[in-house]
Amino acid sequence: MLSAEEWGIVLLSLKVGGVAVLAVLPLAFALAWLLARGRFPGKLLLDALVHLPLVVPPVVTGWMLLLAFAPAGPIGGLLERWFGVTVLFRWSGAAIAAGVMALPLMVRAIRLSLEAVDQRLEQAARSLGAGPVRTFATVTLPLALPGVLAGLVLGFARALGEFGATISFVSNVPGETETLPLAIYSALQVPGGEGQVLRLAAVSIATAFVALLGSELVARRTGRGTHVL
Amino acid sequence: MSFDIDVRRTLGETEIACRVEPGAGVTVLFGPSGAGKSSVLNMVAGLLRPDSGHIRVGGHTLFDAAAGVDRKPEARRAGYVFQEPRLFPHLRARANLLYGWRKGAAVDVDGVIDLLGIAHLLDRWPRTLSGGEAKRVAIGRALLTDPAFLLLDEPLASLDRARREEILALLERLRDGIGLPILLVTHDRAEAERLGDRIVAFGE
Repeated sequence: MLSAEEWGIVLLSLKVGGVAVLAVLPLAFALAWLLARGRFPGKLLLDALVHLPLVVPPVVTGWMLLLAFAPAGPIGGLLERWFGVTVLFRWSGAAIAAGVMALPLMVRAIRLSLEAVDQRLEQAARSLGAGPVRTFATVTLPLALPGVLAGLVLGFARALGEFGATISFVSNVPGETETLPLAIYSALQVPGGEGQVLRLAAVSIATAFVALLGSELVARRTGRGTHVL
Repeated sequence: MSFDIDVRRTLGETEIACRVEPGAGVTVLFGPSGAGKSSVLNMVAGLLRPDSGHIRVGGHTLFDAAAGVDRKPEARRAGYVFQEPRLFPHLRARANLLYGWRKGAAVDVDGVIDLLGIAHLLDRWPRTLSGGEAKRVAIGRALLTDPAFLLLDEPLASLDRARREEILALLERLRDGIGLPILLVTHDRAEAERLGDRIVAFGE
């Protein structure tokens, strides 16, 4: 079974991935809403910008994060001055890298589900006396929920698998930024590390599988024949 | 209490123009499919903005391009029964029925359930309802919002003969009983003549 060190790696990965998708979810939803329903100049540009981490080499994304979050960088400087903190070589930095990489997948899934919501149902809600806020909370959001779940799962899986952006942004620090993929990579470099590789790889696969099944079950419980898978 | 409508709106290639003079009872917009009859209902409900004109119901101005009045759909108190029932698929029939319920409604919940004969449907999901059953729930849902007027879009379309007769009788009871102004859209002449106090020929 897993050693204490390996459990540490697994728990760190879950923490990094979980914090990443939960922190990014509001932003992903807002962007998905803008792209699904908004009409504004520069929409195509925003669309492309959101999808950039999906197509740019992850190492480049990580390098850009490094520039931004370094003590001399625009965001890193503010963090340093206002809060006296840095995210470099920290798990919080790994979460930022994972979140940025997960964002496009989450936006895509949520956007598709928002576009699939029948706006005639929203019109019906309005004619029944519901204002925009109640219409959103009681009609739009429940109908888009399977997509939001799918976005969370996809994003979480992507965050768990994040390698390139993480290693170039916050390096490979055991106990801080060494998540599952980085640990597997490290173990591969060590003679006799195959056993650890096998165990960590099995955990990666099992986690992704459980997340997929779990979200599918939740989507079924919310009913109406909706699916994540 | 009646409709006073004069609106214009261009939708793509179609020029929609509609004029309804004030008069009591049921006003029928009668004309072929695709002439923009439903668009007129949407304009009265506040879901589609006319390019110009005015919409008044029972002395209340809902829209007036010249005066800059355009009330929000949720503030118009329209009892709108759409051509497709548009029940919320994630809510059971009961929750659909009560979605816009106002306690002070002229009709009470049990009365509406009786009137429409939907007591046995309340725990079902919309996808398990037949066209006629869903339509009756949709009519009940609109009535329970305590509407100031009713908008009915092809209320008898996609129903079989038995259901048609049932809904038709129900609409007559609503017309004669509650006395709400009703604006009804149909392409069926017999239906128009049976229900309408006044018929506005449309799109000819």
